[in-house]
Formats: sequence, structure tokens, C-alpha cells
Amino acid sequence: MPEKYHIETRPVPPRLARIGKYGVVDWREDCARCHNCVKKACVYDRHRQEADYIRNLNDVDALFFDCMGCFSCVQNCTKGLLGLVVNPVYESLGNGYWTPEIIQTTWMQAETAKIPVSGAGYRGPFSGPGFDSMWTDMSEIVRPTRDGIHGREYISTAVDIGRKPPLLAFEGEKLAGTSPPLVSIPMPVIIDMSSPQHTLPALGPILRETATRTGLVAMVNPRDWPFRKGDRERHLPHVAFHLDPEAPPLPKDILDKTKLVEMPDSTDVLERIRKLKSTSPEIVVSVRVALDANGTKRAIALAAFPEIEVIHAAADLNGNEIGTQNPRFIKDMIREIHTSLVESGRRDEITLVAGGGIALAEHLAKAIICGADLVTINLPLLIALECQLCSRCDPGTLCPAKLEQIDFEYGVGRMTNLIAAWHDQLIEVMGAMGMREVRRLRGDVGRAMFFEQLEEETFGKLFGTRK
Amino acid sequence: MASYSVQENSLKEILPEKTLQTRVPQVKVDRVIKPAPCRYRNGIAKYIIRRSSDCIRCGKCVQLCPYGVHVDKPGYKYFAGPRLDLCVGPACEKTDHYCVAQCPQSALRMVENPMMQVLGDYRWTADLILATWRMAETGDLPAPEYGYDYHCGASGGGFDRIRFRFPDKPPVEIGEGNIDTSIELNRRDDGRPRIRIDVPWYGGGMSFGSVSNITQLSKARAAVAWNTFTCTGEGGYMERLRPYDDHVITQVATGLFGVREETIQRVPIVEFKYAQGAKPGLGGHLLGDKNTVAVSKMREAVLGISLFSPFPFHSVYSIEDHKKHLDWIKHVNKRALVSTKVSTPTDVDMVAVGSCAAGTHIVHLDGGYGGTGAAPDIAKKNIAMPIEYAIGRVHAFLEAEGVRDRVTLIASGGIRTAHDIAKAIALGADGVVVGTAELVALGCVRCTRCESGRGCPRGIATTDVELSAQMNVQWGTQRLINLYNAWRKELVQILRRLGLRSVQQLRGRTDFLMHLDYTNDVGRKT
Repeated sequence: MPEKYHIETRPVPPRLARIGKYGVVDWREDCARCHNCVKKACVYDRHRQEADYIRNLNDVDALFFDCMGCFSCVQNCTKGLLGLVVNPVYESLGNGYWTPEIIQTTWMQAETAKIPVSGAGYRGPFSGPGFDSMWTDMSEIVRPTRDGIHGREYISTAVDIGRKPPLLAFEGEKLAGTSPPLVSIPMPVIIDMSSPQHTLPALGPILRETATRTGLVAMVNPRDWPFRKGDRERHLPHVAFHLDPEAPPLPKDILDKTKLVEMPDSTDVLERIRKLKSTSPEIVVSVRVALDANGTKRAIALAAFPEIEVIHAAADLNGNEIGTQNPRFIKDMIREIHTSLVESGRRDEITLVAGGGIALAEHLAKAIICGADLVTINLPLLIALECQLCSRCDPGTLCPAKLEQIDFEYGVGRMTNLIAAWHDQLIEVMGAMGMREVRRLRGDVGRAMFFEQLEEETFGKLFGTRK
Repeated sequence: MASYSVQENSLKEILPEKTLQTRVPQVKVDRVIKPAPCRYRNGIAKYIIRRSSDCIRCGKCVQLCPYGVHVDKPGYKYFAGPRLDLCVGPACEKTDHYCVAQCPQSALRMVENPMMQVLGDYRWTADLILATWRMAETGDLPAPEYGYDYHCGASGGGFDRIRFRFPDKPPVEIGEGNIDTSIELNRRDDGRPRIRIDVPWYGGGMSFGSVSNITQLSKARAAVAWNTFTCTGEGGYMERLRPYDDHVITQVATGLFGVREETIQRVPIVEFKYAQGAKPGLGGHLLGDKNTVAVSKMREAVLGISLFSPFPFHSVYSIEDHKKHLDWIKHVNKRALVSTKVSTPTDVDMVAVGSCAAGTHIVHLDGGYGGTGAAPDIAKKNIAMPIEYAIGRVHAFLEAEGVRDRVTLIASGGIRTAHDIAKAIALGADGVVVGTAELVALGCVRCTRCESGRGCPRGIATTDVELSAQMNVQWGTQRLINLYNAWRKELVQILRRLGLRSVQQLRGRTDFLMHLDYTNDVGRKT
């Protein structure tokens, strides 16, 4: 049994005022000044907290929005002065893909490291675009579920990155030849580089430290080298340099202390891999293929070459095909690449990494079901630092999340918490599916139900063709 | 309508002596419809009438309004707060009693309440919540002038896109009094009681711990009044439920909290909970704060710790194991019907047939979007299929296997209205289980804070003494009796318009349904 994977967490409270969904407005002019003010009766004591907060206000623009939306004060007020509203600041968080709900749940997980739990059933739409058009399966009676979350059964989330030979050859009792290098990480997540518009100098060390503490790997721009002195030896096994041809070359001894590197796709990528492997054979090389109009085809074509061991198929930040009119979504593109590799019999020889649009823990599980071995994330970690995705990151612009002032331990703590919460959620869904190994979840679409398929199988028979 | 009632004499033959000795007299609850107004001072209104200082208090608005929105109490200097929740809004504009137009001082103004944007969600829209409250308040369907869009939610799929294809005129005229809404729960012909319930639904399992004892008692008393059932959930059998034993389903789940031989022997139906829609594939979840003295005592657990039901039943890894479970209950309680509650995995049809083969009386499917209790968000949204898909698949498979008439198929997980009930039955279920709708009738606003801290701030899903005191049993019972009455009315109207004499005739009649996103030309091509 592999060593039990456990992430140490501690609560890391937010630096800024919470941006909740609800706020209570009151019409004080008509207040009867009665002695049984409903504000005192708030179950969550929010009205008192609000008064304290305003008394000690640091920022004039940060209002108190932490109401739980139970309507009790609204419905009990003697004069009916109170009303509940949706906080407009909450509604302006994020964008069409990174919705306010996603941002808020990410903040909560980054603060507490806990799985988001709520009551009263599911509140959202029936299905939706992208990952919302699929459900994960569960087990019942004849296929037992696994109790991973309470620790009665161990569910492994470890994955191996690199080439897995289709068969082993032996000479006598010994393995013939050398087996290709593999990088094992305890959770199917790689921390990607920040996108150019979200790059902050302070983030680099925080991302690397998070990767080190969680046992994962962070992709790093070679321009970030050298690292801070005390960090070098600890961080190097947990970084993967992105070897852009234009980036300054790294010393071989430094490169050899890392286990994984990434190269952007280019016409001479095979040549570059051979060159690197000739000097550093123990390093695993991932090729980053941008999922543009030719992305999936290119990924499939690359996979046919013996030099290729890992393909990082990267869509844009929202998981869409890059630069096309009607972009396909990452889940469909990954399925296409995966299925093609299965058909050509090369699936196990290639590690497929999916990037872009992975915003929630459920996306992690769903991307793996669609055929990825693991995923890359970056934006969720940025959101963990209370970023609101306002996309006004130009130097000199005032960042509402004050990201330029973040404290190192705060940053690492919040990111680690988020990763821990995602790990627990991955275990939840895998437990429900009855899976004990995330490696076996890869491409197992039998453990998922797709909207289009269910509609056709059930409603198609009854109601004809879907319009 | 044959009503299910327990003959005390016949019980003597089947119940163990000890159970008979401890049996308490059963309480009757009358099926009487009485107003049960909102328990808060201010109802939530869809429209707001603002009165400016130009008002001279002539009283014309009070005289005009047939709904009693404007309140002028004698002896006071100003108008009392208006009953805005009674205002029908724009529907009034074309009438001669539209206060805004008739006010001689033009002192009144009507706006839509901005809180409508805050209340509700995709599945339970603000209109649906307000309409459910109105039904629970009056026992009748909301008057059409209120304009509540309450037949569906706004989730954009499933029940919310399915509609009935009503003929212009009913094919046969049937008086509403002659329409039968009862269903039978035992179709096995195995000598056990042929229990019949008056309405095709019963109350879902909510444990003491997840909800207050007042909520549980209200549910039980409404079940008695309507000759149907309520379910204890897995948190043990509250002593105060015993006068309602004959209308209680007790649950056996993986945690086995409070499950004892005598509790199983008390009831006419025992339910095995393999999974639940809120958290399919995961065990129950009672967070520490809600594990109060009373809860820990009943669950025989340590005070204040979080109580998780482990998952799965490690005694069941096959249909044969499942049969052993059922046989055990059938042996312990010779009169019990057994219900098997499962969620909706891809192979839900196989599970249902297997369970039927193992001897269950009721197959209860709990769809992935359902549930009232605390659950991980990732589970609520993603695990298992919505019930709309599962019903048809299971119904068709049971029919193909030739066992459809040996088992009662009950659906739950997102049933909110009488229309949902009728749609579920038309898709192939015999009846449904409701949970959230009952809580909404008791005043739930779906703030989703059932699990945190002391629990529900509205006093429904909490065991906190102070919070649960916001509601009393009489009021809660009445709200549910009223809601059931309104639902039955609506269901009878649906059946009448379709020309059906009984709800059983509706089962599997998908030809009465259409889906707004489909061409709806199946069976019409020829």
C-alpha cells in the first residue's frame, strides 16, 4: 500500500472584508425604536458584527456583507423596514465561466480546507455547458462504495507521469533493459505557470512552496531561477521548468535535480527532447500543446513518436479551444485525444495532462473520467488569495485583492488548504463511485453519465428528436 | 376509497407479545382544512405598495381592496403595515379596484419587491416558494390573479421542461369527487397487509437531529390525517412518535442509529436506506453542533461529535446479501412491508430488478438532485442521475422483466409540486416521496444553512431548543395538511382534464407528456 497521503492544514482567515452574497438594507427613518429589535435576535449575530466592523472600518469602500440570507429579521421586524438584497459586488466577481459561486466556494475552501457542505438539496440548473453536462456515477448494492473520507478504506490519488511500457521483458530473473523514468505525485494535479496577465513576482516562491508542502509539482519559468537560497534544495524536486527555447539555459546540475520539464510544442520539439534526454536521461519531458483549431490533431500526431512521453493539452483559461469561432470545450477535446490513443493502442505509453478551465474539484474528477491522467491548475490558486478575477492586473492599477502585499505564509496556507479540500472532494466522488485508485478512473466513462446520452436514451424514446 | 386501518385484533396474531404490551393508543388527526397563516410578522410579498406622505387617510384604498391589503386600525393615527403578501400586483391594474389608480391623492405606488431576486433558486423559484406557502396557509391552490408560476421551477431541464398534453376537453367527464388518488403499497400477494394510502405520496426520511421533534411530529400528524406515511430517517425512533406508529416508516441505514428490534416491530413499513439523493454513495452527515443531548441519547452516541453514517453497508455486497437483509426484517416484523431506498447510478434499473427479486415491496429511487439534509456540494450537484431519467428507465426495465406489477415504484429527489408528482407518475412511478416541499410549507426559505452551527435559523431543521420553539406542532400539522389538500386538488384537476378515474391509470402514460425541447412526434408519425 502506498504511503498515506495527508496534507497538513490550518485555518487561514481572509485579509479583506468578506464579500458575501447577501446584504440587509434597512429603512431606518421609519424605525419604531422598539425594544425587541430583530437585529439583536440574529441567529448568526451578524448585525452586531456589522456594527463592530463599521466602527473599526479600515477601508471606506469595504462594506459588510456576511448575511446568511435566512430572512428571519426581514420577516420579523416590527415595522417591516428590512429588506434582503444580493450584494452587487458579489455579482460582479469573476466572469461568465468563473462565476461568483466558484469564487466564493474557492475562498471558503482556501480559508478552512474543508469540503463545502450545505443543506436543502441542489439549487442549481438541471445541466449546463462544459463540465456541467455530465454527472459522475455512484455504486449501489452490487458494486460497493468505498469509505475513503472517514478513513476506513484508503483511496489512492497517486499518479505516475511518464511512459509506462506496454509489457515488461525479463532476462532470467532481471528486468531486461532499463525502464523509462517515472515521476509519481500523490494527487493528479500539477500547478501550472501563471498566465501572463496574472503574473506577480511574489507568487513564484509561494506556488513553489505550496507544491513542496503538498508533494506536487509546480511549473516554473526558467527566468525565476535562481531561487531563494534556502529554498533551492527543497524546491527543485517539486518544480518542472518550462523550457521555452528563448529562455536562458539552465545549468545541467540544476536541471538534473528536477524530475520533470516541459517544452512548448514546436516543429523541432522532437529534436529538442532527444538533445535533452542525451544529457539528462532520467528526466521526464512533457510537451505543451496549445489546444487551438489543430490542437487535438497535433496532440494525437505527436503521441505517435517514440520520443513523446507526456502531452500537456492546454486550452484557454476557461477551458475553451483557443482562437476558434465555436470553440470546443476541454472535456470533449480530451475525450477525443484519449479515445484516439486508446484506439491506436498507445494510451498507456503517453501521460495526458489536461489544462484550462479546471475551476472546481468536480472538474478535476470529470477531466480524469474524460481521459486525462491529471490536470493542471493555476487560477484557482490565485483565487484562493482572494483575487476577484477583475482582470485589471496592469502594473500601476489598484488591485482590489491587494495581491502585491500578500504574506508568504498566508499565500502558502491558503493554497495548501484549497488543494487539501480538492483532495478530500476527489476522494468523496471516488468513494461514491467505488474506486480505490485514481489511475483507474482515467477514461472510465462508464463511471459518468453524459447529458446528451441520457437525454437521448430516456427522453429521445419518449419525445422524439431534441431541438 | 378503501382506507388502510390496522385491526387491533389481527395485530395480536402477528406482533410479538412484548411489542403489543408496549403499544400505545394511536392518535387520530382530523383532515380539516383551516387557515395556518405565516408565523412571521411580515409575509414576503411579490409586490410592494408604497404610500407617500400625500396620503390623507381617506380610507378609499381600504374600501376598494378586496384582498385586504390595506389595514386601517381604528384608534391609530396612521395606517398599519399593509398585508403586502395578499396584493395581487399588476393583475389588479385593469380592475376598478386598483388602489394606485383610484387614490385621490396619487399617494400610492406599486413596485415589484426586489427581494424576489434574492428568494429562491433555479429549482425552487421565488414564485414556487410563495405559492407553496400560500397553499400551506389556505389549503387551496393560489388564486390565478396572483400570477404565481408554480407548476415548474426554472432549472431548464427535466420536470421543468416537461408539460402535460391536455386535451381541449376531457375525453370523459368525471366528477372530481369520483377520482381516486390512492395507491397500493404491497403488490406482492404475500399475505402481508395490502396497505393503501389515500394520496400517491408520503413523507421522506428526516432524522431527529437533522430536523426538530416538532417538524417530525408535524409530519407524522399530517400523515395520519391523510392516511399516508412519514419516515423517521436514520436517527432513531422518537418516543413521541409512538402514538402515530401506524403511519410511520422506520429506517435502517448504515449508521444503525437507534435501530432496535422493538422499533422495527412497531411499524407497518421498514425502509432500508442504501443511499440518498443528497449525497449518493456517501453516508449520512450530522455535524457535531447539531448532536445535542437529546440527539446523542437517541442515537446512543457521544454528545457533540459529528455523526457520520459509514458507507456502504458492509453486510451487503450482492443482491443475495440484500435478500438476507430483507428476510431479517420480514422475520423480525411479520406484518412489515419492506422498502428499499436506493439512489440513481447508471445501472439503477438492474439494482431495482435485483431488489425486486430479493423480495422488496417498495423500490424507492432517490434522484441525484434531491435531499434535504447537509451534504457536500460536490455530491449534491454531480453524483448520480436526476430522477427524471431514472423513473422511465426503471419502469421500462421492470416491465421488460415482467415484474412491474409485483413492486411499487416510488420516486423522490426534486418533487416540488403536484405537477411534479403527476409527471413522475406519468413517467412510470406509482407514487412519490416528498421532503423539501414539506419543509418549505413549514417556512423554509432554502438558505441552505441546515447544517451549520445550531442549524436552521427558521427553527425547522434544528435541534436547538430555542430555535425550534419558533414553531408549534398544531401549526406545523395544519400547514402540511393544507399543503397536501391543495396538492390533491391539483392532482385531481390534472386527472380530470386527462379523463382518468384514478391516479393508478396515469402510471407510465408518457403519451400525456411533452418535452419543450423535443419535437414530440413519437407515435405521431404514422
